[in-house]
Amino acid sequence: MDTVLRIENLHKTFRTGFIPKGKKILNGISLDIKGGEIFGYLGPNGAGKTTTLKCVLGLIFPDKGKIEIFGYSNLSVKAKEKIGFLPENPYFYDYLTATEFLGFYSDLTLVKKEEKPAKVETLLKLVGLEHAAGLQLRKYSRGMLQRIGLAQALVNDPSLVFLDEPLGGLDPLGRKEIRDVIIRLKEEGKTVFLSSHILQDIEMICDRVAILVEGQIINQGALQDLISETVSVTEITISGMQATDCEGLGECYSAQEGRILLKVFEEDKIPDVLQLVQAKKGKIHSLIPRTETLEDLFVGAVKQK
Amino acid sequence: MKIRAIALNTFKEAIRDRILYLLLFFAAACIILSRILALLAVGDRAKIITDVGLASISLFGVLMAILIGTGLVYKEIDKRTIYTLLAKPIQRYQFLLGKYLGLLLTLAVMLVLMTLIFLVLLFLHRYPVEGNFFMAILFIFVELCLITAVAMLFSCFSTPILSTLYSLSFYLIGHISWGLETLINKMPTGVLKTLARILYTFLPDLENFNFKTEVVHLLPIPPKIFLYSTLYGLSYTVFILVLATLIFRRRDFI
Repeated sequence: MDTVLRIENLHKTFRTGFIPKGKKILNGISLDIKGGEIFGYLGPNGAGKTTTLKCVLGLIFPDKGKIEIFGYSNLSVKAKEKIGFLPENPYFYDYLTATEFLGFYSDLTLVKKEEKPAKVETLLKLVGLEHAAGLQLRKYSRGMLQRIGLAQALVNDPSLVFLDEPLGGLDPLGRKEIRDVIIRLKEEGKTVFLSSHILQDIEMICDRVAILVEGQIINQGALQDLISETVSVTEITISGMQATDCEGLGECYSAQEGRILLKVFEEDKIPDVLQLVQAKKGKIHSLIPRTETLEDLFVGAVKQK
Repeated sequence: MKIRAIALNTFKEAIRDRILYLLLFFAAACIILSRILALLAVGDRAKIITDVGLASISLFGVLMAILIGTGLVYKEIDKRTIYTLLAKPIQRYQFLLGKYLGLLLTLAVMLVLMTLIFLVLLFLHRYPVEGNFFMAILFIFVELCLITAVAMLFSCFSTPILSTLYSLSFYLIGHISWGLETLINKMPTGVLKTLARILYTFLPDLENFNFKTEVVHLLPIPPKIFLYSTLYGLSYTVFILVLATLIFRRRDFI
């Protein structure tokens, strides 16, 4: 697959205060995003995710480094014709209705005048806002603003979409809807650059991820390569037994309704546990083998840093 | 097309600003008050009404340009609407030019409204309208073009309060700088005179756009003066807009 976004050795320092004091935000970021993938850009708050995006979109200028979108400089109009962007906590012109708003944004792109009404209608349908088309944005809920924000990001039918925390502040249903739209974008052959700290969502939909901590990428690659398939712990919920019975088999915790939760770290000890439960006439309620999650990888990486 | 879209959106935004209507109300009040002043004054009442009326139109037009112009770019940055705008295939200068033209359109509408109020007053009292009156209004608009560009320039790198102060200072300096020219003419040749002349070259002379006296006293205005004032206003405005673009194009939106 071709590279659609190339970031090379990106550095950015912000200077603030009366006597300007430099604070390094990005420290040598390099990324290669391939066409047609959903790329997850992970990092704790303040890691530099939004700063990276702002550099890519030409909202701020890096001190050092090179950014290319589809082979063009990120500042060129040619590059911007191919991208869409949804910022974190978007705020829009609240006096416009959704139709006026999308109409205005399509005027800023290559959308032809005669195609505008149909385009606006399709986008409103895509994000499920056709019922609120005539409503001023000031009357929109946060979730609705997020969705209209996503619609404006897609107004020029971009090949590469940047989404900064698109699932933040949404209820579970709203998150699912946005996730579905992102997956649909991938199916249409678009590339999605998703910056987030909601790990479950990233894990569910991303092909590749990069973990950013303190302005540096400390891990990146395909999810299946990063997360080990090996079972790290097996969680067994048992009733009719005492915690003291399980000594030496793993970590034991008291749970609700007289149940105990046993965490077994070595797989070969599981038959022993089953025999013990049978002998003590106990009952197994659940047995869940846990593999390494993105969260484990993320927490581990952040702690290591 | 893109500049037009931004200009129309700016117009939609600006006409919703309550300050605009407050200033329009005070402008109307001052224009109407000129009739009362005319009753109290000795001399030609039409002259008093024209003088106070034109001065009100000019002053409130400038206040509109400054108070709305200084918040124009700042608001986009503060509310972060600029993020999505500049991510679209537009150049930064197109954004700036669109905002500028949108405000000019708003000011043109306001100027027409204030002029209409004034003309209704003249009509009700059966006072004649001099031909040069409309030229004077046109040059008020030329002055507003320059003041708006200045307000927007400051708005590119400063807060609305500071930008308002800077723009008001520019306006005040612009209307008293002609005194410097008089001083230069009376100064002996030397370094000081040269320095004063350089200073005068860079300081704005907004009196170039003031034709109130000529209109009130029915004095003829040579076409050469009109041409000079138009060129002066145009080149100064372009200079300020280029300066604003240069500052804006390298600005980080944190």
